[in-house]
Amino acid sequence: MERLSTWASKNRTPLVIAAAVLVAAYAFNLVRGDIAPSMFGAAWGYAIPLVLAALVGVIGERSGVVNIGIEGQMLLAAFAGFFVAAVSGSMIVGVLAGIGTGLVAGGFLAVTAVRWRMDQIIAGVVLNIIATGLTSFYLVSGQSLPGVIPNVSVPLLSQIPLLGEVFFSGRSVIALIAILAAVLVHLALFHSRWGLRTRAVGEYPSAADTAGIKVERLRMVNVTLAGSLAGLAGVYLSMDASSTFEREMTAGRGFLALAIMIMGAWRPLRAFSMALFFGFVNATASQLQQTGGFSIPPQLTATLPYVATLVVLAVAAGRVRPPGAVGQPYVKKDQ
Amino acid sequence: MSESTSRPESEGTPHPTRGDTSQSHLADIATTDAALELPPEQSGFGEGVIGEVLLDIEGLSKSFGSVHANRDITLNVRRGEIVALLGENGAGKSTLVNQIFGLITPDRGTVSVKGDSTPIKDPRDAIRRGVGMVHQHFQLVPVMTVAENMVLGHESTRAGVVLDLDSARRMVRELSEKHGLAVDPDAEVDDLPVGTQQRVEILKALSRRVDLLILDEPTAVLTPQETDELLGVMRELANSGTSIVFITHKLREVLAVADRVYVLRQGEVVGEVATKETDATGLATMMVGREVVLSIDKEPATPGEPVLEIEDLHVRDDRGLAAVDGFSLTVNAGEIVGVAGVEGNGQRELVEALAGMRKVVSGRMRLGDLDLTTANPYQTHHAGLGHVPEDREKHGIVGSYSIADNLVLNEFDQAPYAKSGVRQFDAVRENAERLREEFDIRSSGVFQTAGSLSGGNKQKVVVAREMAFKPKLLMAAQPTRGVDVGSIEFIHRRIVEARDEGAGVLLVSAELDEILSLSDRIAVVHGGTVVAEMRVEDADRTEIGRLMAGDH
Repeated sequence: MERLSTWASKNRTPLVIAAAVLVAAYAFNLVRGDIAPSMFGAAWGYAIPLVLAALVGVIGERSGVVNIGIEGQMLLAAFAGFFVAAVSGSMIVGVLAGIGTGLVAGGFLAVTAVRWRMDQIIAGVVLNIIATGLTSFYLVSGQSLPGVIPNVSVPLLSQIPLLGEVFFSGRSVIALIAILAAVLVHLALFHSRWGLRTRAVGEYPSAADTAGIKVERLRMVNVTLAGSLAGLAGVYLSMDASSTFEREMTAGRGFLALAIMIMGAWRPLRAFSMALFFGFVNATASQLQQTGGFSIPPQLTATLPYVATLVVLAVAAGRVRPPGAVGQPYVKKDQ
Repeated sequence: MSESTSRPESEGTPHPTRGDTSQSHLADIATTDAALELPPEQSGFGEGVIGEVLLDIEGLSKSFGSVHANRDITLNVRRGEIVALLGENGAGKSTLVNQIFGLITPDRGTVSVKGDSTPIKDPRDAIRRGVGMVHQHFQLVPVMTVAENMVLGHESTRAGVVLDLDSARRMVRELSEKHGLAVDPDAEVDDLPVGTQQRVEILKALSRRVDLLILDEPTAVLTPQETDELLGVMRELANSGTSIVFITHKLREVLAVADRVYVLRQGEVVGEVATKETDATGLATMMVGREVVLSIDKEPATPGEPVLEIEDLHVRDDRGLAAVDGFSLTVNAGEIVGVAGVEGNGQRELVEALAGMRKVVSGRMRLGDLDLTTANPYQTHHAGLGHVPEDREKHGIVGSYSIADNLVLNEFDQAPYAKSGVRQFDAVRENAERLREEFDIRSSGVFQTAGSLSGGNKQKVVVAREMAFKPKLLMAAQPTRGVDVGSIEFIHRRIVEARDEGAGVLLVSAELDEILSLSDRIAVVHGGTVVAEMRVEDADRTEIGRLMAGDH
């Protein structure tokens, strides 16, 4: 009980904001019950790959590695997932291929940026260029998926008004995994031995080194494993949100995820919330386009999410602090 | 720093008579040590039981490129013994201990701990064998709590994965009680003063079973009180059987706490001596490799016209609080005015305001014809202000630039170093070679990066640059902090020379000995204002100490 109250007092601001947002959401639902649930649903739908991709960024940067190649990781995985499923005739094989591709792409970054100490930004850009090139070159048309990713409803949780409807009722398995992943990464980062070591390695690697932690190895493992989440995000795009692969279908989401990571102060749950916020702005934009009553040119409403990103980033900048050693390869004393 | 401010507390000890400014810094230290003030339980610095050889190093060598950092080093440490490694900056002390802790792999030679001479692979291996190390630059994660830092690398967990911070907190409390080092386990390291951060470092080392504790310049960042406390802790640890190797270049500490000293010079052990059988002069001579000139020979000052006039100056610190609060002082040509005071009494803000680096709230400052209150650093330089800043890494040099470029940082755009906006590299190089010679900057050449120099040589680069243009006023803030004995002597001599050539010198130092031996006139500051001014002949150490403490 005492622990709960210290936790609450430590996290007062985010808790207050979360409560206020919830109240606003329910109030909106009360007033416009006709459009609210579908808008929230659309918001979450848009947020799912962003949550997963932002987690990739969080894990990487908390370990001290900038991952600007999330976009490419997602794109490769979307491609591999879709075509392996189409060719093999099995959805599950496709999904596994997508995740595996994400891991390999993560491993690429780990080897180039961590082991070879290549500039992290350049390594990520290279990954993005490779991804665009490969997926465009090998793209063939006329393929289709052999099935769908199953939707599920979570018992009990799906009964919660509004929230249950949006998050837990008839949602795809990947959506549920995204929620679970955010919670798990949060717990792991702040309450596990792995998390303590990861944060140490990303903040002050020489302290971790002198405490006997193998900095380079931990960074490589983290960057590689995080690739699986990028893989899942890619799979979601080509096999769940749509059922086709298009050229450059990630459309900048990998970069957006990095903005979300920053807005979320490199914390999984806050990044989750920021992805939702971003999804909601998007849903609002498309709602405005549909109603159209205000005679706002659609080109203008379409800029809304980007304007919102700029505003939030401008507010967040200066208030949030990146991990201390982000972007810096760790070089031992006598090397 | 250490020997100066702790002195005033010792009301009973005989004071060297003032006036004899020829009394050296070093000889002074020697006299102080005879009467080192420590609480009774700490000055029970009786020998612990010294046992068998715990650390045995044989023929250890390590080179970085063409530089021999360590050459054929042989030494040993016995159980319960405190061994000091003494040497100038760049003598290879840190390289040596980093090899004991597995951070650097030796090229040749063996390090054996408790008879086990298999090579130490990495810090993890060193820790496993009972070696702990407190690093010069603290190895603590700033955004984490004390408890988190303490267990990093050997965390206890519940169910194999969940971090058990409660047991970490308990461990911190137990350890801090056992060793009398108070720390709050839940405090974030970032928020702790450096003295406390060091306690955390020590406790962190002790949290593993430690037979040999290495301390790399542990007192460099401590106040005199914290230093004495640390020396007491070291002695207690040794008495309970822990061996200690510590690096320092402060002779007082060596004589106060070590059983034995190894003196290193240019990567080699040049001497080994029991502290009982030596004194400060002997150690200094071994370090530098020649008789250290113990006295600063200077003629009485012949002050001329005022060069710097400060009147009722008010300056705020970074937090917006009044730091310099009605400060008035005049410095004349041909004299050295020392500003004595406990650090944090507005000295830093005063210096920054004079250099044009900090905004002035109100008051007047004039340097010759220039009104300094609104001047920027470019203008202050051209008005004839030479500034040796307190933080040389941040404000004194650009570490990634060459020594040559650093030596023209404030004049690179002017003849002869530039013509019609084009740099004249020959002039830059000639200037650098001349100053390198003149100021004894020890480097492989003038195009070596300044960041790779040792502290003393970095400082010589700054001093050379700021003195080369013959300033009207030389302002030196903590000019010998973190600088080895040889360089201290050299820098002191140059400051006196600047005076003799007619410059006014404003010397700001936390080392009372430095102030007393260099200054012609002393201004004691407290609370951002001058509380007393005196000629050095009339200065009394105890009196100054009292004034510095705010008792006036």
